[in-house]
Amino acid sequence: MASVTQPEIAPGTVRTVPSLLSIHEVAKSFGPTPVLRNISLDIAEGEFLTVLGESGSGKTTLLRIIGGFESADSGQILMGGERLDPLPPYRRRVNTVFQHYALFPHLTVEENVGYGLRVAKLPKEEIIARVQQALAMVKMTAYAGSKPSKISGGQQQRVALARALVNRPRLLLLDEPLSALDANLRRQMQVELKSLQREVGISFVFVTHDQDEAMVMSDRIALLRMGELEQVASPREIYSRPATAYTAQFIGHTNLLRGEVKGGIVRCHSLSWPVDLPDGPVLFSLRPENIRFAAGASGSNAVHFRARLRTRIFHGATELLQAECADGLVLSLRTASYDNRHGDLDLEFAPADAIPVRDSDDLKKRN
Amino acid sequence: MFSRAYRAAITIPPLLWVALFLLLPYALLFCYSFWSVSPAQAIVHSWTLNNYRELFRVNVYLQTLFRSMWIAARVTIFSLLLGYPLAYYLSFGAGARKDFLYQLVIIPLWVSYLVRAYAWKTILGSGGVLNTLLQYVHLTNHPLNFLLYSPFAVVLTLTHIYTPFTFLPIFASLEHIPRNLIEASHDLGASPLQTFWRVVLPLSIPGVLAGATFAFVLSLGDFLAPLLLGGPSGIMISNIVVSLFGAAYNWPLGAAISFGMLVLVIGLLFLSERLEKKWSFR
Amino acid sequence: MELPMSSPNRSHWLPWHATLVFGFLYLPIVTLIVYSFNGSGVGGFPPRDFTLDWYRELFTDDAIWNSVLNSLFVAFAAVAIALALGIPAALALDRANFPGKALFRRLVLLPLILPGIITGLSLLMLFREGGMKLSLVTIILGHGTALISVATTEVFAGLQKLDRAQEEASLDLGANYWQTFWRVTLPNLRLSIIGAALLIFTLSMDEIAVSFFLIGRDNTLPLEIWGRLRRGITPEINAISTIIFVFSLAAIVTWYRLRARAEGRVEIAAELVEAAS
Repeated sequence: MASVTQPEIAPGTVRTVPSLLSIHEVAKSFGPTPVLRNISLDIAEGEFLTVLGESGSGKTTLLRIIGGFESADSGQILMGGERLDPLPPYRRRVNTVFQHYALFPHLTVEENVGYGLRVAKLPKEEIIARVQQALAMVKMTAYAGSKPSKISGGQQQRVALARALVNRPRLLLLDEPLSALDANLRRQMQVELKSLQREVGISFVFVTHDQDEAMVMSDRIALLRMGELEQVASPREIYSRPATAYTAQFIGHTNLLRGEVKGGIVRCHSLSWPVDLPDGPVLFSLRPENIRFAAGASGSNAVHFRARLRTRIFHGATELLQAECADGLVLSLRTASYDNRHGDLDLEFAPADAIPVRDSDDLKKRN
Repeated sequence: MFSRAYRAAITIPPLLWVALFLLLPYALLFCYSFWSVSPAQAIVHSWTLNNYRELFRVNVYLQTLFRSMWIAARVTIFSLLLGYPLAYYLSFGAGARKDFLYQLVIIPLWVSYLVRAYAWKTILGSGGVLNTLLQYVHLTNHPLNFLLYSPFAVVLTLTHIYTPFTFLPIFASLEHIPRNLIEASHDLGASPLQTFWRVVLPLSIPGVLAGATFAFVLSLGDFLAPLLLGGPSGIMISNIVVSLFGAAYNWPLGAAISFGMLVLVIGLLFLSERLEKKWSFR
Repeated sequence: MELPMSSPNRSHWLPWHATLVFGFLYLPIVTLIVYSFNGSGVGGFPPRDFTLDWYRELFTDDAIWNSVLNSLFVAFAAVAIALALGIPAALALDRANFPGKALFRRLVLLPLILPGIITGLSLLMLFREGGMKLSLVTIILGHGTALISVATTEVFAGLQKLDRAQEEASLDLGANYWQTFWRVTLPNLRLSIIGAALLIFTLSMDEIAVSFFLIGRDNTLPLEIWGRLRRGITPEINAISTIIFVFSLAAIVTWYRLRARAEGRVEIAAELVEAAS
């Protein structure tokens, strides 16, 4: 399946290209607490979409609504042009991989995998063939006759995956399936899941709170915050062009710089540089890796400044340095670890790397 | 981890008591079943198999035993039919009222057996509440006699007693089913009915077995309900034993029947336990 | 989890079935209570002539009150015996390993599921062979023995919930096993023990199957009632039954609340049954 690189989509825009699943103005409250506020999102055929968010952001609720285990208070969900939301889970061509796998303890691995096929009353030979194929795909053929209690967490997870995929759903939902695994196994499964998705060609909707995981696996990331979509874009896009301060801070590290624009120049503490922005207050996101040591007589449009090194945090391949300017502004920059400079540093960054972002504080006030 | 004195203190007293008041009595029961009674109504301590031979020779013992088992079987089936859907409703459908309804079920469980059996007697009698009610609303012209002093009355009363007993373990096993299994089953295309059949029921079998065993064993050995409500046609095996220890004065024979019941009950318990193990998360 | 919200065949008959079963369970009790106030006595429909006569007669009935006193005496003694042996038994099952442990566990729990007649008769033979006359003492021994299982099960369940680390901390801080038991283990088991005592007391007050065979000259309340039932039905019996019901109700609700305080969900009655199987 060809890799899907999609242009950035502003939150709330309905795509004009036909999509597999269309979520339209879905809202949900539990009692007086709103959990999802007017979510609109389209999922394309064959894409790997991650719904990313903190706990309480509503991401699991959204997934459960798509799966049919909760019903939305308002809004619609369409699949292939037809309304999905009135249907109970057992009538949707959607399957779920549950967070704790939910394997049937009284059935063996292959009975678990074949469950959906038996319910659909498919012919025996077909069931056997498809189950074997699914088990081979997740490399669990050797455990076909085992009970779930006898296999490890990672193995259970693969069985849960096979059990869902064997039904050839149009959409696969994954509810934080890797959160119970230890770090190394997790990394391995991330890669496997991604290639599995490519191989099978089905759209995956993957829920997680781990932004690294989201970056590694997704074609697009939908960042959910307090029930609203903060930004929906490809990992590269969302990283290099975050729309809001929250996005910039949630994904990766960043420096947030507040400044005032007047007549095409922005002043930010003791720094200033030309920008193509209207007058008024502005907030910038500047990634630490974009602050470099000044190279002497470099390009004229770089912003130069001096700062004193305060702390170093060792991260293995890189280091995160914190440096304080004369006016008290503290910035983080990222360097390669073998760099031994200290004391007063000559630093610079390109104005283009200072991305204007929307302030997220006003969203908090709306509650 | 614990000192020897501590270990001795917590194991020896109960062990001694159990040996004295449980093991020894059962052993005595065993011995008595091989003795006999003299015409002067004294227990003769000579060993013989006569009592056991008597049980098979005279029809009434086996007949009564089978009738008792049939009564116990009916009680078990009806208790399950009443108890299982009730447990299912409380576990899956009751929501916030679950706790309150649970209390409502266990209250009759602990209210005196005698009180409840007596209450049925007043309801079912020919001058009783049910008959006079039926005549009052002109559904019948004369009292229905089969209601009382019949196996029907015994089955009805014992079902009333043991329905909460079957409810409890079934409810416990249903509560133990992780709810995401239900969701997973729906997700894979099974309707609620199919989900019940393929997931809920198999996982609740240990509870069903426990409840059924309880109801069957206790109904089988019951003698109070037949005495109160059974009439001549509702006599059960324990009633025979009671009379052998009373007016019919033949303790050894009574002991033989009792010991037979003990063996039968223990056998049923073992069988039930094996089956339960086989079916717990299979 | 509720039945799925969007399910088209959400069972409608289940609540009706539940209502019917509750009706069936409470019908005799309600009838009993209603007719204890019935002027024309037991039976007959509809009830008429509200009266407190039967209760009045009850209060002047010496035999009944004697039997009540006897029952109370027996019940308190049974609680003492059952707890004195049941608590160590629970501890032994939870912590100690000794030969014959499995057999011991089964034996202790056996009276719970065995028909009362077998327990009663076998004890009768013991007393006879031992030359002991039947009296309230023999009844106490019978109840105590049969109800050890209840004490053991309740306390065992409480032990499972006990945080081992507390006892280890106590030992670590210098207390020996006995001191730890008195200062840490026992207080934590307080709720289980009280709950067990309540349950044993109620069961002993109601016990008839085992008592039937071990009775001497003095009657317990159930046996007194039983005796009258053999002679014929009087509305007095309705009155005393109603009173018994009210007390049992109070006892069981209290027991339930205690258990609910000790843990979130109450499955103890179910554990009793499970343990017996």
